Amino acid sequence: MTRLATRFDTLREQGRTALIPYITAGDPAPDATVGFMHALVEAGADAIEVGVPFSDPMADGPVIQGACERALAAGTSLSRVLDMVAEFRERDAQTPIVLMGYLNPIDRLGLDTFSERAAAVGVDGVLIVDMTAEEAPEVAPTLQGAGLDAVCLIAPTTGDARIERICANAGGFIYYVSFKGVTGSSSLDVSSLAEKIERIRAKSALPVAVGFGVSTPDNAADVSRVADAVVVGSALVRQIAEHGTDRSATEAALRDTLSVMRRAIDEQDNSTGEARRA
Amino acid sequence: MANTDAQPVDTSAPLAQAWRNMPDVRGHFGPYGGRFVAETLMAPLEELAQAYESARNDPAFMAALDADLADYVGRPTPVYYAQRLSRKAGGAQIWFKREDLNHTGAHKINNTIGQGLLAARMGKKRIIAETGAGQHGVASATVAARLGLECVVYMGSEDMRRQATNVYRMRLLGAEVRPVESGSKTLKDALNEALRDWVANVDDTFYIIGTVAGPHPYPAMVRDFQAVIGRESRRQMLERCDRLPDAIVACVGGGSNAIGLFHPFLDDEEVAIYGVEAGGDGVSTGRHAAPLSAGRSGVLHGNRTYIMQDENGQISATHSVSAGLDYPGVGPEHAWLKDIGRAHYVDVGDADALAAFHECTRIEGIMPALESAHAVAYAQKLAATMREDQIVLVNMSGRGDKDMASVAEAAGESL
Repeated sequence: MTRLATRFDTLREQGRTALIPYITAGDPAPDATVGFMHALVEAGADAIEVGVPFSDPMADGPVIQGACERALAAGTSLSRVLDMVAEFRERDAQTPIVLMGYLNPIDRLGLDTFSERAAAVGVDGVLIVDMTAEEAPEVAPTLQGAGLDAVCLIAPTTGDARIERICANAGGFIYYVSFKGVTGSSSLDVSSLAEKIERIRAKSALPVAVGFGVSTPDNAADVSRVADAVVVGSALVRQIAEHGTDRSATEAALRDTLSVMRRAIDEQDNSTGEARRA
Repeated sequence: MANTDAQPVDTSAPLAQAWRNMPDVRGHFGPYGGRFVAETLMAPLEELAQAYESARNDPAFMAALDADLADYVGRPTPVYYAQRLSRKAGGAQIWFKREDLNHTGAHKINNTIGQGLLAARMGKKRIIAETGAGQHGVASATVAARLGLECVVYMGSEDMRRQATNVYRMRLLGAEVRPVESGSKTLKDALNEALRDWVANVDDTFYIIGTVAGPHPYPAMVRDFQAVIGRESRRQMLERCDRLPDAIVACVGGGSNAIGLFHPFLDDEEVAIYGVEAGGDGVSTGRHAAPLSAGRSGVLHGNRTYIMQDENGQISATHSVSAGLDYPGVGPEHAWLKDIGRAHYVDVGDADALAAFHECTRIEGIMPALESAHAVAYAQKLAATMREDQIVLVNMSGRGDKDMASVAEAAGESL
């Protein structure tokens, strides 16, 4: 059983919603990232999404674009991101890690080489933003062959037939993009989420994570009512941008931001649980 | 009379359609092209592909397009024998296809007229566009003004500086020009920003991509709208010279004017095809915009193609004196034509392009866009190696009025 499956099983038994923070690897410098990851785990992360910086992140808003630019300027590459995961694993063998990024850096390293190395250093899932099942049917099987989960996106614009096709290849969890837009926008419509998530659940037993618009503890609590996992990205990356090179201040800010989200989700989970029991 | 050359589906040429028959149903030109986008855009792209397929098979739509190309754009554009330039080069006859005489001054409007009509047909209220040199932005703003659509143009702040006149033109036409400050602040970043806008506004917004790149169906659709250049040229050369040219030459940034000229000639094997990339300071210096000459296969802006990238798969900064060629990728059909050897891709640097600009201006009285000057420079070189009874046809893709500031700057002068 993969780390992602184990983690989601445990959470399901406990009636809890997963909290998945995202940070861009190498922002503001490659040697900062592992410390940030441990801080996120201490603040209640159930899994971590590690962004692989790309020069042209067309699905991301200005906050994560800025993170990519800082990370690349500091010399971050896909190989170095894999090194960071290896270093993280020296102290944490439990927390699942999902790499999220764009196709070209993986394409350049080579899909086979990438998959083997990612699995070897302890990556659990891979989400390639600009990759679709139609374009490269070999990607999901290659990742799976190396023991990695192929995490896939579903969007508000995705029709039922495509949902079925995407779910057939997916592993780990389904990442539902909460609205039409780029990362870091703030137009979350929780009421429309429930219906779409039900349609995904009708096609797949995988947990459903929701991301792209979760910026406040209230957003996180709202989303936790309907989703299995909440992804928080730009709200954390903004902290990294604001604190610059002061590592301990950044780690404290990441801990604070995430733990407030954690509490909001836990309170929501508890009241949902009580309502069920009543 | 409507211009019958405007049919995107060309049935006038011989039947050996192997090379003109691309892409496949999912937008692949051999290993290139396709649809590499975030999931949110998959449904809108499919909707666009279906709307375009329906429009191109609708005689009423095609008649409206023909009428606009004739009455509004001013087509057909002439072919012109540049005798003095030919004599100077010494060798083959150099002819120009005069796309610089189109309304708004470049070939870009052939495509924006087509996509603008499609946007209106799809009921979209707002169009967005990216622009490098500003010609596509102006052509988009023009069409938006005429159709009464809201228009937002994304343009790198570096390009806005280089092409200030075109920025002002777009604003006069009622478009909002949004500066793009990310990345290299040029065309590729403007394209990223337009894609981000489109993802967020897909319901009411039509994205007019200006070149033959991007996710399917853009490379094929833009090519179809631009292929009027090659169809007219082919017919005009037969009428004027009773034969096809021996070689055709066009500059290649994303590659829309080039594919527009090349496509109708692809199955005429006796016609040699040359695409001219921007060599910048020289391909060996790394400061250039010549992915077909010095790049490798990768994925950018929704399609697989040749891309300028570093060893880690990050997109490289590009350089060219011409903003319209300053792009690290190239249309997937060009990538495929290079691989199969049907077209040859060469490069011309800043200095040679500027020299050709001045020479063409002084001895022909035609001021080429700096983009087109790259093609003129190569045509001069090529003609010199050919016989006097041979013909080189160059796509004069745009006029150079917009480039006054760049030309003066390169000469160390100020306006």
